[in-house]
Amino acid sequence: MHRITEKIVLSENIVKTVFEAPEIAKKRKAGQFVILMIDDKGERIPLTIVDSDPVKGTLTIIYQVVGKTTDQLAQLEPGDVIQHVLGPLGHPTEIDGFKTAVCVGGGVGIGVLYPIAKALKEKGTRVISIIGARTKKMLILEDETRGASDELHVTTDDGSYGFHGFVSDVLRDLIAAGTKIDRVFAIGPVPMMRVVANVTRPHHIKTLVSLNPIMVDGTGMCGACRVTVGGKTKFTCVDGPEFDGHEVDFGLLMSRLRMYVDQEQEAKERCRCGKND
Amino acid sequence: MTEPEKTDKKEKKERIPRQPMPEQDPRLRVTNFDEVPTGYSPETAVLEAKRCIQCKKPGCVSGCPVDIDIPGFVRLVADGDFLGAARKIKETNCLPAVCGRVCPQEDQCEKLCILGKKWDPVAIGRLERFVADYERNAGTIEIPALPASTDRRIAVVGAGPAGLTIAGDLVKMGHDVTIFEALHKSGGVLIYGIPEFRLPKGIVDAEVEYLRKIGVKIVTDAAIGRLKTIDDLFAEGFHAVFLGVGAGAPVFMNIPGENFSGIYSANEYLTRSNLMKAYRFPEYDTPIAKGKNVAVIGGGNVAMDSVRTALRLGAENATIIYRRTKNEMPARAEEVHHAEQEGVQFKFLTNPIEYIGDEKGWVRQMICQRMELGEPDESGRRRPVVIKGSEYAVDVDTVVVSVGTMANPVIPMTTPGLDTNRWGYIVTKDETGETTRKGVWAGGDIVTGSATVILAMGAGRKAARAIHDYVMSL
Ligand SMILES: Cc1cc2nc3c(=O)[nH]c(=O)nc-3n(C[C@H](O)[C@H](O)[C@H](O)COP(=O)(O)OP(=O)(O)OC[C@H]3O[C@@H](n4cnc5c(N)ncnc54)[C@H](O)[C@@H]3O)c2cc1C
Ligand SMILES: Cc1cc2nc3c(=O)[nH]c(=O)nc-3n(C[C@H](O)[C@H](O)[C@H](O)COP(=O)(O)OP(=O)(O)OC[C@H]3O[C@@H](n4cnc5c(N)ncnc54)[C@H](O)[C@@H]3O)c2cc1C
Ligand code: SF4
Ligand code: FES
Repeated sequence: MHRITEKIVLSENIVKTVFEAPEIAKKRKAGQFVILMIDDKGERIPLTIVDSDPVKGTLTIIYQVVGKTTDQLAQLEPGDVIQHVLGPLGHPTEIDGFKTAVCVGGGVGIGVLYPIAKALKEKGTRVISIIGARTKKMLILEDETRGASDELHVTTDDGSYGFHGFVSDVLRDLIAAGTKIDRVFAIGPVPMMRVVANVTRPHHIKTLVSLNPIMVDGTGMCGACRVTVGGKTKFTCVDGPEFDGHEVDFGLLMSRLRMYVDQEQEAKERCRCGKND
Repeated sequence: MTEPEKTDKKEKKERIPRQPMPEQDPRLRVTNFDEVPTGYSPETAVLEAKRCIQCKKPGCVSGCPVDIDIPGFVRLVADGDFLGAARKIKETNCLPAVCGRVCPQEDQCEKLCILGKKWDPVAIGRLERFVADYERNAGTIEIPALPASTDRRIAVVGAGPAGLTIAGDLVKMGHDVTIFEALHKSGGVLIYGIPEFRLPKGIVDAEVEYLRKIGVKIVTDAAIGRLKTIDDLFAEGFHAVFLGVGAGAPVFMNIPGENFSGIYSANEYLTRSNLMKAYRFPEYDTPIAKGKNVAVIGGGNVAMDSVRTALRLGAENATIIYRRTKNEMPARAEEVHHAEQEGVQFKFLTNPIEYIGDEKGWVRQMICQRMELGEPDESGRRRPVVIKGSEYAVDVDTVVVSVGTMANPVIPMTTPGLDTNRWGYIVTKDETGETTRKGVWAGGDIVTGSATVILAMGAGRKAARAIHDYVMSL
């Protein structure tokens, strides 16, 4: 049982929750995630560990409310509990040995990106971050990311704040301006990661993307999380979650993410109905 | 009860036929997940037990991997002492309600029962199940008196049959035992793999509860290798470690289109249904594809469990696709029989080579090849050979790949000094399961590859004695 110690609504539908998980907090490294299950009837869902406090023994997650489980999670307040938390899962991000890294984050992906930027910075890397959202209201972690970066670019799709356009546009400009980049980390919606990979591919800049397929156990036992990378099947939970963006079959990932849309809709509606009773 | 005369003992016994197991009607049971066999009544159990002729050199016992005193417990059933019979079995087998249901008795004890030579063997498995259920329902499961604490701490990794067995044994020797289990529930394959209609989860839960009562500590949601390594466990003060992590990684066939939506490993399909209770969606949150045309690739018990699950989830056509013939199928005869009764279709000598998806990336067709049997291979079974030009398409909307499992590499990867063989299974030095790493034992599927519940339990039991000797020598 994991007691929630803090909950903050960051934007319209993005929420930050801090909860107790002392053993995981001690072990966790940037890029790793947990699988949590709110109660015994719940689904097991993966969420990235955005931050940890080994002293207080807490983990921070930031998530977008997209369906039944994230909705239910967003309603839990300090003092409430999450029944099951498994982790830390996945390989930590490789952060050693880069002079300059560009961290590109979109939407809730900025939450996943932030700990990586922070870890890179702590290693003395020059970090250029490009973060974007659909509109100003939906932008998260701007100050935190700025603190972890040497240079920060902000974009919005509708031009309500920062650069009017996509994160990939800024990246393209940086490359065109001759910025020497050793590694790009791109985390966000699948279409965004695909575009970023397409931008860096001709320049042979290695680009890591963090994939978010549907998972069940998170230990390599089921294969729900399989993705095709370089023509080979990989299990995201044990082989990932980061993969070479130039090799990932994004189309397959997107179609697999839509596998249960009908049932997810049903579950979400039921959950809404329950609230109105 | 009066003993029959020695001379006509055999004749009298053989007049009682082997008692059939009452079962849910096939038409009804495909609409629910309740257990298929409903169990012997006390009268039937006594009648069946009386068929045993109490051999002096019982063949049945030599067929039992854990040497249950079969004539001993059957005799107690015949006498109506059902609780005594349960105690007798538990001297050597701590999970009789499970084994009575899932052991392949036809290849073990019942295969060697003398009555089977001329008539039908004693229904040992059904009797085992009966007494275990009787004891559980009577609510008389005793908590044994435990010896004084030895102050030795033992970590058991994995709460499958191997891990549960060794934990029970070691705690009864006075040790301080903690099980670390990656999933949120204990039981291993018993809880995530084998469906409710073959092994009700309440039975597994009751066994786990019993272990808790006798003092075993169980930490769920603990992925060893990630949360803590084996080295960490020793650093925390554990004196010995047992690895019972199973062979849980699914094998795919690596054919084109295998990652389309609607294609599952058997592990995922069964885990969603059993562990996550997707068959009760939306009461439970986890979804599962409820296909109309479901193909299950493979011919083992896991394939049978998957295909029968598909029927219960509402499939109109649930078909086994197997590359050899019915004779080579590794599944238990009883499972195949149950599947046939329920309306499962079988396509033998058939193998998929490619999947075709629609514009949404969902599987729509499976391209199959016909096979014929050639020369026997290493396993002694005749090798299936492709018939050239025999490809044809089958419409499917859900596929379950059930062609085997392999070792999960997480523990070996994170444990220096722990040797594995070329398939990734942990190498043991002797039959106690001692590994190449000091203080670490292993047993069950992670050593043997996919085997049986009873062999995993046997491995746990042997390792318990060796670990006991080891920690007491420290
Ligand atoms: C390694 C990893 C890290 C992630 N980190 C974050 C994060 O930090 N913040 C965040 O907001 N999201 C993260 N996600 C995505 C997050 O897990 C899903 O948004 C969440 O599971 C949705 O659950 P739901 O019940 O609310 O929505 P649902 O209505 O069930 O689903 C909405 C959509 O979410 C996806 N999804 C559904 N179930 C799962 C599942 N069991 N596992 C993964 N995806 C699923 C599907 O595409 C689905 O269409 C991560 C995913 C992975 C694999
Ligand atoms: C669908 C199916 C049907 C079957 N039917 C039968 C049958 O009818 N009769 C029969 O005799 N046998 C059957 N078997 C085989 C039998 O279930 C196995 O041989 C047996 O369960 C092996 O036991 P085990 O203890 O070695 O491992 P498992 O039962 O696999 O348990 C291993 C446990 O370890 C956990 N684990 C793994 N890695 C870690 C880690 N790093 N940290 C912590 N925990 C970890 C797993 O989550 C799991 O709970 C079946 C198997 C399947 C899959
Ligand atoms: S072999 Fe058969 S008849 Fe003989 S003791 Fe065993 S169960 Fe009874
Ligand atoms: S989530 Fe099951 S194997 Fe990755």
